[in-house]
Amino acid sequence: MTKITREDVLHLAKLSSLELTDDEVTAMQDELTEITDYIAMLGGLTTEGVEPKYQVSGLENIYREDEPQTSSVSREDLLALSYATSDDQVKVPKVL
Amino acid sequence: MKTITEYLQSGLSATEMVKQALARAKQVADYNSFLSLTEERALKRAAQIDSGEISGKLAGVPFVVKDNMLAFGAPTTAASVMLKDFHAPLQATAVEKLEAEGAICIGKSNLDAFAHGGSTENSAYGVTKNAHDTKRVAGGSSGGSAVITALDVVPFALGTDTGGSIRQPASFNGVVGIKPTYGTVSRYGVVAMASSTDTIGCFTHTAADADVVMGIMAGRDANDMTTLPNFWNEKSNSVKKSLQIGLIKETMGDGIDTEVQAAVYEYAERLKGAGHTVREVSMPTISYSLGMYYVIVPAEISSNLARYDGVRYGYRSQNATSLEELYGQSRDQGFEMENKRRIMIGSFVLSSGFFDAYYQQAQKARALLCSEFDELFASYDLLLSPVSPTPAFAIGQKTNDPIQMYKADIMTVPASLAGLPAVSVPAGVSSTGLPVGAQLIGPQKSDRLLLRLAAQLEKGA
Repeated sequence: MTKITREDVLHLAKLSSLELTDDEVTAMQDELTEITDYIAMLGGLTTEGVEPKYQVSGLENIYREDEPQTSSVSREDLLALSYATSDDQVKVPKVL
Repeated sequence: MKTITEYLQSGLSATEMVKQALARAKQVADYNSFLSLTEERALKRAAQIDSGEISGKLAGVPFVVKDNMLAFGAPTTAASVMLKDFHAPLQATAVEKLEAEGAICIGKSNLDAFAHGGSTENSAYGVTKNAHDTKRVAGGSSGGSAVITALDVVPFALGTDTGGSIRQPASFNGVVGIKPTYGTVSRYGVVAMASSTDTIGCFTHTAADADVVMGIMAGRDANDMTTLPNFWNEKSNSVKKSLQIGLIKETMGDGIDTEVQAAVYEYAERLKGAGHTVREVSMPTISYSLGMYYVIVPAEISSNLARYDGVRYGYRSQNATSLEELYGQSRDQGFEMENKRRIMIGSFVLSSGFFDAYYQQAQKARALLCSEFDELFASYDLLLSPVSPTPAFAIGQKTNDPIQMYKADIMTVPASLAGLPAVSVPAGVSSTGLPVGAQLIGPQKSDRLLLRLAAQLEKGA
């Protein structure tokens, strides 16, 4: 059984871009321990020589013609969805 | 009025049908099955139909869209804080196709936030109640659409099914629910959960209605390269006089409510009565499928939900002073606990050191599961199992126990992992009056066969 430590939770939260509250970190520690313990059942299957199956449709490399297409959605429509814009750009806190 | 045919033959104008559906929706508000009504737009479209401006196979027929599918007239929230005020700039292909046939969306239904859950208790906007017992869950994640159909608000409602999210609520509320072959309906304009198993389907009162709705939504879409060419019009799917049906043994054992088993056995008897053969079959790998599902799906969720960063659209935290804080806080405040749990599991199984043991192993196990299905379909036309281990459970019963909640998906995830069509059909009623469904699973593209068989049995009911 993999015991998930508090440090593990904080590391995963960082990978996930989630700023969890202290209570959430505590709850996640127990829950993730239980869940990872459950999914560890997969170790009981013999899969030697089996190719992984990432998709089931059998479709491969479906492309459209490389021609520009028009969209019903305008730049203004998309910018309107953002919380803050300035000069037709999406505004975020200072990066540098 | 229940069925699409009854609506079409009612002699009512589109405006009358829409008004009636809206009035009924308000009447059943206590179930919390709707997140919004698209009243203004619906009435406008109804007027266009009544004036002859729009026509089609479903002219004037009202329907409801699960709120993780983009539609005009109301925000698309995915039942989350993250998308609380998100007004979609485009509509999902499935919605567009139904509208092109004159169907009228009257509202958006409740779900587990981002479709993560099996009870519609994870919604940021409250729990949806079961249509047959308001102390019990609607099932999920498409709980709202199932309840709305069961309460006769509209003749059909759309849902999404990634691991059982149409089939299980259909079973819990006593309606027909179909999860089609992977790739049948375009996922364009649908809030992504797990791209390799996400499907779009519907809830109806009859299998024949599901056939009509799916036939309209099916087909290739240049905006979703995983869509299959439309196979709905191929003629090879008519019901043979005697089908070979396999009852999956592993789904009828320990941990499965005896009343659920009884309903499925009774459905098997009815299949035999209609001239089909039902034999017990074994699928040893099926007991591992929940393990596969809760590795593969969270992995895909953690990738798909990375787009919600508080920048381009969606909820933005007001306290962030740096870009990193903006991401972290917006995501923590905008997601529900179950969303965060699944993102974290996804990050875990994809992280270095665990990738081979969990993610790769799950995808190999998935290959084994698919082979087992293939082997069975060499001798059997389709398979039969329960939909859920129990009838609808009590509200609150499993909310603090993620594993118990996940186990409610145990019968439905195998078909999802293999991309197979599966239909949940009403099969019986428990001693306490709760509906119990049976699940028919077929090879890829056998969707119509499943529906035609279900329709054959409805007539015999």
